[in-house]
Amino acid sequence: MPAEESRVPINSDQDIVLARQKGRALAADSGFSSVDATLIATAISELARNIVTYAKHGDIALSALADSGRRGIMIIASDQGPGIVDIRQALRDGFSTSGSFGLGLPGVRRLMDEFEISSAPGQGTRVMVKKWRQERPEK
Amino acid sequence: MEVPILKQGEFLIATIQAALSDADLEQLRMALIQRVVRFRSRAVIVDVTAMDVMDSFASRTLKEIAQMIRLRGAETVIVGIQPEVAFTMVQLGITLESVATALDLEEGLVYLSQKFKNIA
Repeated sequence: MPAEESRVPINSDQDIVLARQKGRALAADSGFSSVDATLIATAISELARNIVTYAKHGDIALSALADSGRRGIMIIASDQGPGIVDIRQALRDGFSTSGSFGLGLPGVRRLMDEFEISSAPGQGTRVMVKKWRQERPEK
Repeated sequence: MEVPILKQGEFLIATIQAALSDADLEQLRMALIQRVVRFRSRAVIVDVTAMDVMDSFASRTLKEIAQMIRLRGAETVIVGIQPEVAFTMVQLGITLESVATALDLEEGLVYLSQKFKNIA
């Protein structure tokens, strides 16, 4: 269960930087390696940018996870924007309706361990991702 | 956060010193192309050592900077991409294929001086 949640309002490109810095700090506190912390910070950056680009306003909620000894991090990006008409298309590499590269969602899915999206036209978008710490067996 | 741009002979060196917002990156793009025109620079080095995240927007902006500068007949070298950042970029599917890269500022300067020596 999420131990604590911190919520970052996303209203401008400055907030993208703030959200990924908070995510990196939480990842470091949770014992993630610097590579994983960078993956997490980058995923947050992509999710927060989608909010600014498509919905203008939304928020990113960050939580540390502990599940039967496993530690992880959960990120929920939510907005009340226009929503996504065709989610399958949005998850394909190279697809974008904003004139950007369209790497956002498929890239985020590759960076993280779990990925869930719910969205409908006019209903906003919610993306939940999780990354679990890789436990190295004791030698 | 404005990125300082140093003029060193025919080269320009832009050193990113902290996390940049999208607006900062766009400002850097404009400042670099203006200075390349004003100083008739032959090359630009962008030092990204301090960038802890290179997402799709940052990569695209750097690529655009390199393309604009190439249209002016000059070259761009991106130096200092951190190992974790490089790893993440590959996972994200980001490539900077069309842009020269070097390990650090020193290597970037060596690359450029060799390149321009061969032309001269």
